[in-house]
Amino acid sequence: MTSSVQPPGAHLPEHPDFLWENPEPKASYDVVVVGGGGHGLATAYYLAKVHGITNVAVLEKGWLAGGNMARNTTIIRSNYLWDESSGIYEHSLKLWEGLEEDLGYPILFDQRGVLNLAHSLQDVRDSVRRVNANRLNGIDAEWVDPAGVKEICPIVNVSQDVRYPVLGATYQPRAGIAKHDYVAWGYARAAHAMGVDLIQNCEVTGMETSGGRITAVETSRGRIAAGKVALCAAGHSSVLAKMVGLRLPLASHPLQALVSELLEPVHPTVVMSNAVHVYVSQAHKGELVMGAGIDSYNGYGQRGSFHIIEQQMSAALELFPIFARAHLLRTWAGIVDVSPDASPIVGLTPVGGLYLNCGWGTGGFKATPGVGDCFAHTIAHDKPHAFNEPFTLERFTTGALVDEHGAAAVAH
Amino acid sequence: MQLIPCPWCGPREEAEFHYGGQAHVAYPEDPSALTDEEWAQYVFFRENPSGPFAERWSHSAGCRRWFNAVRDTRTHDLLAVYRVGEPMPELGEKDQVAS
Repeated sequence: MTSSVQPPGAHLPEHPDFLWENPEPKASYDVVVVGGGGHGLATAYYLAKVHGITNVAVLEKGWLAGGNMARNTTIIRSNYLWDESSGIYEHSLKLWEGLEEDLGYPILFDQRGVLNLAHSLQDVRDSVRRVNANRLNGIDAEWVDPAGVKEICPIVNVSQDVRYPVLGATYQPRAGIAKHDYVAWGYARAAHAMGVDLIQNCEVTGMETSGGRITAVETSRGRIAAGKVALCAAGHSSVLAKMVGLRLPLASHPLQALVSELLEPVHPTVVMSNAVHVYVSQAHKGELVMGAGIDSYNGYGQRGSFHIIEQQMSAALELFPIFARAHLLRTWAGIVDVSPDASPIVGLTPVGGLYLNCGWGTGGFKATPGVGDCFAHTIAHDKPHAFNEPFTLERFTTGALVDEHGAAAVAH
Repeated sequence: MQLIPCPWCGPREEAEFHYGGQAHVAYPEDPSALTDEEWAQYVFFRENPSGPFAERWSHSAGCRRWFNAVRDTRTHDLLAVYRVGEPMPELGEKDQVAS
């Protein structure tokens, strides 16, 4: 009774292969990407795949995709108002449509459509204008009346006898959701396979410049020399930019979201309402995923105030009375970098070799493939891609703003 | 709910207050002399520190008066509140406000 007894679990198969490794940082890289979230990983992937630049490190201060990539509500759509936005968001949506095949990894991309509700006459006018603008840009969009809303999503309360009645909605059938973790893992796996170093627990604490050009980053794991440095740090962009004396027109706010327990499939699409600050979809597993509006104050603490959740729940219950008996499972917050015109800042900086990708605010997830592709192009050619050319830092001086408060509002 | 100590009314629930962004941003003394860069800085660019931040709040559902506060944006701790027109109180070395 001694040697024949196996320890518990010994009959189980070996641990599967890891999707990526954890290398020690090298002394120098051609490109250092700061931030190992969706945008950073996608940027590294397209740098390697499209531009053949593989001597790349992605530095992540925590664990891969543990910031906003793990905290967003996974909504993907391209129904923005202006031509500039249509360019980059529609480019992204088209990449989403082929991403699973491109990465060779399942991402559960599901084009279940999105309804953006209108609750006032002004909402209706703005929404119809947006539908027309979308169509002129070749983006699928239609205006649906309350009966049409009910047909697409039967659980929406379209009674006119509520505080904020549904007067109609814009509908983008090609919009949808994806599994955010799988997206990050797919990009990480593919980037790693092409030689990109993914370095976790590595916080950037300083940057070195020489003659107006970036030369290295100081990190919690030592100095790393870099030919080029690309910032993909979302809510922490201001902190990083300040290391080279660069001010950004950003405010970092907490943005909260929540999930219910697992429920039977009841919600066939994505419903967003800017007026009442809630947006809802049902994840593949069955939990209802709801996002709130931002907390008003600046905050880096990844938590927000409870009254925001309370307000969001009351809005959700008015729109979806069927949720009244659902149980809240957990709430959390991410840190979103909000720009003055609700559009991103993607491009060059006054420091040579330093590139900026920030200001996506509450809506960066949907842009992951599109901005990864365009930002990689910007880094490789030291020149913006046509799709991110309008989104310069200089626009706040020239006045060429891309005002997307209507299409973005709190709820990207 | 977080309590915010209004310098006139004392501690009240956060939902009674309205946020006003960075404090001590003065209107330009000679607006017509500003360059486009300077206007951009005044209109769009604000400090966004991870740490102590001097900011404005309005007790909009109470006394309806504006005041200033220093709050740590990492912890949401209110380090000081002071009335408009009063100088920012002295803070410890680790609580210095970025500017």
